[in-house]
Amino acid sequence: MAASIRTLTLRVLSDFTRNIHHVSRSPIKHLCCRAGFTGCRGYSDSTEGRSTHFGYQTVPEEEKAGKVYKVFESVANNYDVMNDAMSLGIHRLWKDTLLHIMNPQPGLRLLDTAGGTGDISFRFLEYTRSMYDRQQRMRVKSHQTPSWQDIADHYVSDEAGPPRSHAVVCDINKEMLKVGKQRAEKAGITTGLSWVVGDAEELPFDDDQFDIYTIAFGIRNVTHIEQALQEALRVLKPGGRFMCLEFSKVTNPLLARLYDTYSFQMIPVLGEVIAGDWKSYQYLVESIRKFPDQETFKEMIEDAGFFCVQYFNLTGGIVAVHSGFKL
Amino acid sequence: MRRLSGAVLLKTSCGYYCRRSYGVLTGQQYTSSDSKQYDGRLYPSHIPTSSVQKAVLALGSGVAALKNPYRHDMVAVLGEATGHQALIKLRNRMRIDPEGYTILKERPRIRLSTLDLTQMSALPDGTLGREYLRFLEENRVTPDSRADVKFVDDEELAYVMQRYREVHDLLHTLLSMPTNMLGEVVVKLFEAAQTGLPMCVLGATLGPLRLSVSRLQLLVQSLGPWALRNGGRARCVLSIFSNGAGSRTLMS
Repeated sequence: MAASIRTLTLRVLSDFTRNIHHVSRSPIKHLCCRAGFTGCRGYSDSTEGRSTHFGYQTVPEEEKAGKVYKVFESVANNYDVMNDAMSLGIHRLWKDTLLHIMNPQPGLRLLDTAGGTGDISFRFLEYTRSMYDRQQRMRVKSHQTPSWQDIADHYVSDEAGPPRSHAVVCDINKEMLKVGKQRAEKAGITTGLSWVVGDAEELPFDDDQFDIYTIAFGIRNVTHIEQALQEALRVLKPGGRFMCLEFSKVTNPLLARLYDTYSFQMIPVLGEVIAGDWKSYQYLVESIRKFPDQETFKEMIEDAGFFCVQYFNLTGGIVAVHSGFKL
Repeated sequence: MRRLSGAVLLKTSCGYYCRRSYGVLTGQQYTSSDSKQYDGRLYPSHIPTSSVQKAVLALGSGVAALKNPYRHDMVAVLGEATGHQALIKLRNRMRIDPEGYTILKERPRIRLSTLDLTQMSALPDGTLGREYLRFLEENRVTPDSRADVKFVDDEELAYVMQRYREVHDLLHTLLSMPTNMLGEVVVKLFEAAQTGLPMCVLGATLGPLRLSVSRLQLLVQSLGPWALRNGGRARCVLSIFSNGAGSRTLMS
């Protein structure tokens, strides 16, 4: 009984959000949303107090976005090197796991928010292309002795070309996108990739555009996480999947101790030595501690209107993949 | 600002003895009240670090500086992470010297904004001020590009470190050394003999590895021993160059 009322209210609330988004695109809509929903939810008291956390510091909300921008502007050139150094290369495995969980079919449209240097998008394109090749091979194998009619049909269907998967990399920071574009050129990826400057809290896309929305290691830098989640809901097609890869709470106490010591002792030092920037990496480890844990974040995603929300812990909870569907 | 006004007050009311004790007292007061001012840090650019972090910083910055000698920030970090004992000795030497003591109290900074450029360029050739300006122009460097001290955990020692960095260019002028690799190694040798900072010693021993054979010969035969000899003999360089030193004549 309670469960059905809950789903009913959730559906009503999500319809309400969708209607507001349809009715007006003006900034007034943000105020309506905030006034309408921040009352219901407990997580967003900070929006009323108008100050928020920037790592362990407290800053006015308007300043946080600017400060985060400056952090990523200064780390952009060494971003990939630092990722490898800090995580000892394990971040590649995390991103590969995200793609495996996603298991995208060829021909889908991906929105890679806070995509920065394009790691997820490159993997997405590679995955869909190799999946397409594998499907082709399976098709050929099952048609070992085709008739002439089959062969003719095959040629006709191939003229249209393989279904084009498309990845849009959206980031608020132009420096990160610049580095990403250079990487794409070096890797020789020319088609199927777009680079867009945009704010996760206010995406420059129409409704119902994308099949998959990912945000990898970006959502903890967003000032209003609920708004980013609502925007994700808006731009996804019905049946679309929301996926978030983010640092989370470590459950094992011994590992937690080791992880904390490593984070606070080693990572800023690595930042100073490799990138010449202690403070940005101090912000990084502090912002990880400020992000909500797996269950809380799962509830936030559910409140935004996603269904079948689940999470997968990677490396003992250091990183978690959250996934939800828009129905 | 606070310290200067305080110094004036005591100067009128007491004699030399009070001045000395006042200097020590202000040092303590400055640290304790300002640690609250800069929320746990001792000076604006301070980043507190543990000994483990300092060890890793020393190792990492050493490797980075060796791989790319143009990374001045890594050389600076290496100096800060390894230089605690040497900085204490340097500070004590400055305290004994009367001019050095004044410098420690007044804390002058060598920056383009604090130097009187028009007056210095009007000085005759051969004076320290004029030659210093010429050095800055010829090598296209500026004293403002020195990195701030970050990892020294004592406020006065941080100033000594900053002073050492700012005096570096003046040393180039004094020794008539350009800013190429050979010139830098010679200046490092002089500084190693003078200050005993581990970073200078490391730079002086490992720097020559990157020199060409002819320059290495020059270094070993004439410039090196000259620099070491004079570094050992000369007065503490950090104590000179207070206001008014610009008009002193340079002797070769």
